[in-house]
Amino acid sequence: MSSIQEKVTQIVVEQLSVEEDQVTPTASFVEQLGADSLDIVEMVMALETAFEIEIPDEDAEKITNVQEAVDYLEKKLAAA
Amino acid sequence: MIELQGQVALVTGAGRGIGRAAALELARAGADLVLSARTQAQLEEVAGEIQALGRRALVAPGDVSQAGPVEGLVGHALREFGHIDILVNNAGITRDAVLLRMKEEDWDQVLQVNLRSAFVCTRAVSKGMLKQRSGRIINISSVIALMGNAGQANYAASKAGLIGFTRSVAREFASRGITVNAVAPGYIETEMTRDLPQKAREWIQERIPMGFLGQPEDVARMVRFLSAPETRYVTGQVFNVDGGMVM
Repeated sequence: MSSIQEKVTQIVVEQLSVEEDQVTPTASFVEQLGADSLDIVEMVMALETAFEIEIPDEDAEKITNVQEAVDYLEKKLAAA
Repeated sequence: MIELQGQVALVTGAGRGIGRAAALELARAGADLVLSARTQAQLEEVAGEIQALGRRALVAPGDVSQAGPVEGLVGHALREFGHIDILVNNAGITRDAVLLRMKEEDWDQVLQVNLRSAFVCTRAVSKGMLKQRSGRIINISSVIALMGNAGQANYAASKAGLIGFTRSVAREFASRGITVNAVAPGYIETEMTRDLPQKAREWIQERIPMGFLGQPEDVARMVRFLSAPETRYVTGQVFNVDGGMVM
């Protein structure tokens, strides 16, 4: 597991109050992990803080699971 | 009474009237204050009074209807105090005119100061409240929102807008330990009502069951009550402080 993936998983566990083994790369935040819209906003804020980046709303909308978050962050951090 | 010790409150329109009274009341209850308004001189005076009570006060003048200045203000407050626990959206103006004579800028200005600023300030402050899973947001509406008033279509619309805003945000934040309530003052002795013609004043007094205008402190005490731990289970409500004018 990459360190980005570990960090993202940790944030998801904390923000959504779920068990770590539920947070598989493709588990959907909303359907499978029970996040509501405010949870998603808070999780994106936590990712922004943890990785010291800004995630525009139009990008945030496309992040629906851990894998998508990791892919996005890898691209974003490589570009920075 | 130190029930708000260690808490930080941001009050907009804190230079005079209800905002000033609310800031002082929260300081007496133990809170530190962030004071905002357009004119710095009045804020400095209120800050002096708060410091005399042994509380800290940060003076942050600026336009609270614009996101840029508000983000700056909130950032400054967070660097100074670390957290904001109570937000009182009080900034308000009147631009009275009968509808047929009301100019678009009268409408826009009142909506901008009274309603848009509540949105902008709440959005900026709630980020931290969501993180800490606690907070109190109190919007100062008006009985005019409920009963209407000839010559104040813009003011009434803005204050009624605040009530819808209050209820919606209360629903959004309820699961995060943040309460959002509105206080609807009736006629209160402030600069806003001081210039009323004697005839209008008599007309008003006849319509207040208690027979007299309220003091800013009457409203301030309700703001303090809604900021206190004892009202943690109260959200999305409108509280009239009006001598019985609307019931």
